[in-house]
Parts: sequence; structure tokens; C-alpha cells
Amino acid sequence: MSMPEVTAPAPKQSLATQLLRFRRGPWEWLATIVIALGVIMLMQPFSLFLYGWSFATIIVGTVMFTIVSHFPE
Amino acid sequence: MSDSSARATIADRVAAATPVPVARRIRSLGDRAIAWLFIGPTILLLLAINIFPLIWTVYLSFTNYKANRSAPIRMVGTEHYSSILSDPDIWYSMQATAHFVFWTIVLETVIGFALAWLIDRKFRGHGIWTTIILLPMMLSPAVVGNFWKFLYEPQIGLFNYAVSFLTGVDRSSFQMLGDVALAPWAIVIVDVWMWTPYVMLICLAGLRSIPDHIYEAAEVDRASPWRQFWSITLPMALPFIMLAVLFRGIENFKMFDMVNLLTGGGPGSTTEVASITLKRDAFESWKTGYSSAFAIILFVAVFGLANIYVKALNRVKQR
Repeated sequence: MSMPEVTAPAPKQSLATQLLRFRRGPWEWLATIVIALGVIMLMQPFSLFLYGWSFATIIVGTVMFTIVSHFPE
Repeated sequence: MSDSSARATIADRVAAATPVPVARRIRSLGDRAIAWLFIGPTILLLLAINIFPLIWTVYLSFTNYKANRSAPIRMVGTEHYSSILSDPDIWYSMQATAHFVFWTIVLETVIGFALAWLIDRKFRGHGIWTTIILLPMMLSPAVVGNFWKFLYEPQIGLFNYAVSFLTGVDRSSFQMLGDVALAPWAIVIVDVWMWTPYVMLICLAGLRSIPDHIYEAAEVDRASPWRQFWSITLPMALPFIMLAVLFRGIENFKMFDMVNLLTGGGPGSTTEVASITLKRDAFESWKTGYSSAFAIILFVAVFGLANIYVKALNRVKQR
């Protein structure tokens, strides 16, 4: 009887390496963070400067999300 | 039955129900063409009532157009966008929106999850209690706005009477809708009352999706109920809670009807959430181009949040 083949777990990659491989998962997370950041900037009560840049941030995040959702899994 | 004969049957049935010259043409159509024929009107309708107004609004946002004036339209570039994004009044209305969104989400999530957790326990009459709890969600926001306005009346309202009964404060000494400090909380209370059942339903779906054998294994391992809650219930229901939070966040970001009915943005501009400011700019000041730019900013924010919502929804579906 042959023993089942045991495969070693894949080595854990850094976030930068994962992003450089252009896979959907990490890039979608990044886009999500940018969108959330933009929404927080839009609604925060502390800085008018951050409020001024919120729309640009949300647009960048949304466009990024639309593009990276076409990346391979 | 083969594919070709099934296709022939469908085409024959459609042809039989149509006048002869049209029927002859339908018989020669393929599956794809028939599918387009059916969805074509819907796509046209969507283009007419969704896509065209959106493109038109984007165009107007770059112009000085005023809907109550017949002067020629002039392109102003990104002037409206830069003026909105540096206007302290609009910034204040975004903060009022943030206050409303934040507190409604926190309260609805906490109370909704607690209710779902209680309802999930099988007790006598839990069905009827579920129905009673769900009732506010089924009402129209216009109806809810109107009757809460009566409830908040300082002289005859039940709310002031209840607060007075419970705390001993004179019932005509405070006005929920007329007081600068209380009005934002008045609309939060109404939204929480109306939409907590919705959050409860989603959380209940999450709790019911947790397999019993996980709890049985935890019992065998002598995990305390508190430990079971933190290690099993909450993590496994979290994607559903996130879904509810995002959905309510998007909905409350756009909130208009209830706020308009209850306070109309007042007193002063204390409860002037973004959509109320937008309505005032568009239909009271008639700054159509300016308000179009504001609408596009709100749309992009909601669209961005909707992307996150869809991502969360897909994660829930994968479970």
C-alpha cells in the first residue's frame, strides 16, 4: 500500500509580492481600502483639506476596483 | 426531446400567438435573437430612465445651467466640483450625514443582532414575535415620518409623555424636532425603529446558517456559552453582519424622505443631510449645474460603497 503524498504548504508571500503577481484578491482589498478611505475623508469633521481630496480618492479607488476585478483569481 | 425540437416548439408557440406575417419572421429567428427580442424593451427602458439621465447629469455638472432660466448653457469645466469640495456648508452637511449614518448603523447592528440572537432561540410564540418585530420595516417611510412627527409633538405626543413618565422631566420642556441638540437624535431614533428589523432578518439568516454540529463539538470541549458566542457565533455571522452594515450604510447615505418629513433639514441646518442640501440647491436655489456636480459626487461615493457591498455579498455567497 502506497502512502499518500504529503505536500508542503506554499511559503507565505509578502503583500508586495502578492500585488506584483497581479492577482485579483490583494488588489481588490487595496481598492476597497482606498474607497473606504475616500468615504471617511468625505465625511470626517477634522480637515477641509482631506474633504477636498475625498472625491478624487473615491474615484481612484472605484476605477481601480473596476480594473482589478478583471484580474485572474 | 432534442434541443432543436424544443427550440422549434418554443418558436412555434410564439409564432402561433402572433399575426401571420410576423409569425413567419419569428419562425426563422434563432434562440439568441428571441432572447434579445424579450430583453430589448427592458434594456431600452433602463437606458431611458437610468443611463441617459446619468450621462445628462454628468454633462450638466460641467455647465452653468439653471433649470428656471432660458439663458444659453456655458461650459464651466470643473468649477462646480472644486467649489463643492471647498464649501464649508456642504462639508457640514456631509458631517450631518456621517452622524446619522454612524449612529443608525451602530444602534441598528447592536439591537438587530441582539434581537436575532434572541429570536434564534426556539421559544413559545417566537413566530408571532418575529412578525411583530418586522412590522415597522413594512411601513412606508412617508407614513412613518408623519406618525413620528405626531409622536414627537411636545404637548400631545406620546414620546414626550413616555420620557416624562420615565424620567420625571416636564414633558413640554423639550422638543425633539425643534431642539438643535435633540433633532439629529430624533431622526436616528426613527430610522433605528424602522430598520432594525431588517438588520435582524439578515443576522438571523447568518445565525441559522451556522451548523449545529459546531456547537455540539464546543459542548464536548466544555466551551462556555460566552466562549461559544465569541469563537463560533460572532465570527460565523460576521459576513452577514457586514452585509447588513454596508446595505444600511448605503441606504442611509442617500436618506431623504424621512428626514424631509420629520425636520426638513432643520432646526437651522442641524439635520440637513446631503440629500436635503442637494434638493435645496436643485429645486430652491435652482443651481442645476452645481447640484448636478454634487449629485455626481454622492453617486460616486455610493457607487464605491456598492462595490464593497458586492464584494461582501460574494463572500457570503461562497459560504
